[in-house]
Amino acid sequence: MVPISYYLILSGILFACGVIGFLIKRNIITIFMSIELMLNGVNLSFVAFAAQWGHLSGQIFVFFVMVVAAAETAVGLAIIIAVFRTRETLNVDQVNLLKL
Amino acid sequence: MSSLQVFILASVIKIVLVILILLTAVAYTVWLERKVVGHMQNRWGPSRVGPFGLLQPLADGIKFLVKEDLTPPHVYKPLFIAAPMIAVICALTSISVIPFGTAITVRGYSIPLQITDLNVGLLLILGITSVGVYGVALAGWSSNSKYSLLGGLRASAQMVSYEICLGLSLVGVLIVSGSFSLREIVESQSGHFWGFIPKWNIFYGCQFVAFFVYLMAAYAETNRIPFDLPEAETELVAGYHTEYSAMKFAMFFMAEYANMITVACLATLLFLGGWSGPVFGPPLLQVILPTFWFVAKIFVFLFIYIWVRGTLPRFRYDQLMAFGWKFLFPLAIANLVITALVVAYRS
Amino acid sequence: MLHLVLFLVFAAICVAGAVNLLVQKHPISSALSLVVVMASLAVEYLLLGAEFVAAVQVIVYAGAVMVLFVFVIMLLNAGEEETTKGSRVALVLGVPGALAGGLLVAWVLIRHSGDKAVSLGALPGYPKTIGWLLFHEFLLPFEVTSILILIAILGAVFLAAKPETPPAPTGRKG
Repeated sequence: MVPISYYLILSGILFACGVIGFLIKRNIITIFMSIELMLNGVNLSFVAFAAQWGHLSGQIFVFFVMVVAAAETAVGLAIIIAVFRTRETLNVDQVNLLKL
Repeated sequence: MSSLQVFILASVIKIVLVILILLTAVAYTVWLERKVVGHMQNRWGPSRVGPFGLLQPLADGIKFLVKEDLTPPHVYKPLFIAAPMIAVICALTSISVIPFGTAITVRGYSIPLQITDLNVGLLLILGITSVGVYGVALAGWSSNSKYSLLGGLRASAQMVSYEICLGLSLVGVLIVSGSFSLREIVESQSGHFWGFIPKWNIFYGCQFVAFFVYLMAAYAETNRIPFDLPEAETELVAGYHTEYSAMKFAMFFMAEYANMITVACLATLLFLGGWSGPVFGPPLLQVILPTFWFVAKIFVFLFIYIWVRGTLPRFRYDQLMAFGWKFLFPLAIANLVITALVVAYRS
Repeated sequence: MLHLVLFLVFAAICVAGAVNLLVQKHPISSALSLVVVMASLAVEYLLLGAEFVAAVQVIVYAGAVMVLFVFVIMLLNAGEEETTKGSRVALVLGVPGALAGGLLVAWVLIRHSGDKAVSLGALPGYPKTIGWLLFHEFLLPFEVTSILILIAILGAVFLAAKPETPPAPTGRKG
């Protein structure tokens, strides 16, 4: 028997690590990976609450979050490739002007 | 002995046995392939080492162990060493949910001939196949060589594309059988219809289109001819395992043949009724016969694999991707829709 | 007891992977740590009984989304990261800020948790039940996600396609 708050704390730690990664990293792909980490933390809290209240809708919502994350990854990585083709850098600090 | 102790002891024995048998089977599949392809090309194949060349795998094993293990400079060391391990681990783990026969009874305890029967066994195999792509991609990238990188990228793109067709072809079987558990899928194929034709999924479940799609997707997943462009000798040197030597190369080799055997096991379980076959004779024979039929069907599949290898030329890369996306994928979806309609109409 | 031990082991692996993602300089190491996080999260889902969600996590997230990330890192030949002035400022301000936020959340949770606990495999998420729910209660979101995926495919193919180069002049006059 594991208290639900343990699962929620783990989810919070993953989310906090995702936020820290989003703020401190400079490589655009790593920033994107921190977003995925945040989504995973949220998925864990969904499943934990589903187990606590006995509703399967929590697990179904995780399914939808995964689908949306997959679609967003595809489009986001395509944008990153397009940006890399024009700017030739993956460092977000150097992509700060609309002019090339 | 309490049932928990029996369970743990039986599981450990099963794991050890399965790994030993699988590794021996991998070694002798290599021998079988060399012999069969040799005879198809009107030559003998290995015939010097032992009678009929049967000790050739042993000689190859000793060669791989004592060969010098070169690590080229400037490779990304951790991934260079980890990539073949990932490939082998994924290839060996998929065997853990494959049932080899009915349950045997030892001293009153019934032990199923399967390491573990998961509710989502089929999904586990699909998941492990998806993770196996990392072994190939990371091997290609960490070798720090143009040919390896291109070969690794091509191989991973091919494997990811054909995974979709593989999964879709299996959904037809799922609709007909109603469960993800491999043992239940096999048990739903027992019995006969019209007197003597067995109720296998390929006949009674009408999954012959799915069988064809599965076979093609399986050839592409295991990187075998006609889809072996990423590792062909006349193409990118040797593709993603160019820079590997001795034991690490042997691990890639083992992973490829173990994947072949897993795919053959899945095809018999899902489409050819697994271990169903005529069972007769004394009780000892009745226990061994189902497993014998299972192994016979796997042998038929491996022979077909090797036969195709000896016969067909390989696809060009764009032909390969076009075949997967423009032909197999719509075919698998059409099979899925028609199966769903027929099953909904019947019930 | 076994539940607690398994939970703690895989939670430790999760947190170690997440911290490793932040600490590593090369994006490929961050990507592989994220794969480790996703795999251990799949085990955590299994501990809560969500077997279908765990399998889908491995197939979709660890086996497809992260493979896409690894592809892009390999294609763009992303090298190690450099520390700039902006990143040092973000390190000094961002890490304590986010940690403070996280600790606040944890404190609130522990204060107000009560005694709610879940057992091993608390809510079994059989594929059959989830499939039933998906096609009855959640049919509209299911169909909308299929349209979403179609839009994402179109967008990704269009954005990542090579720009068409005009045909090179042949050098012959008339």
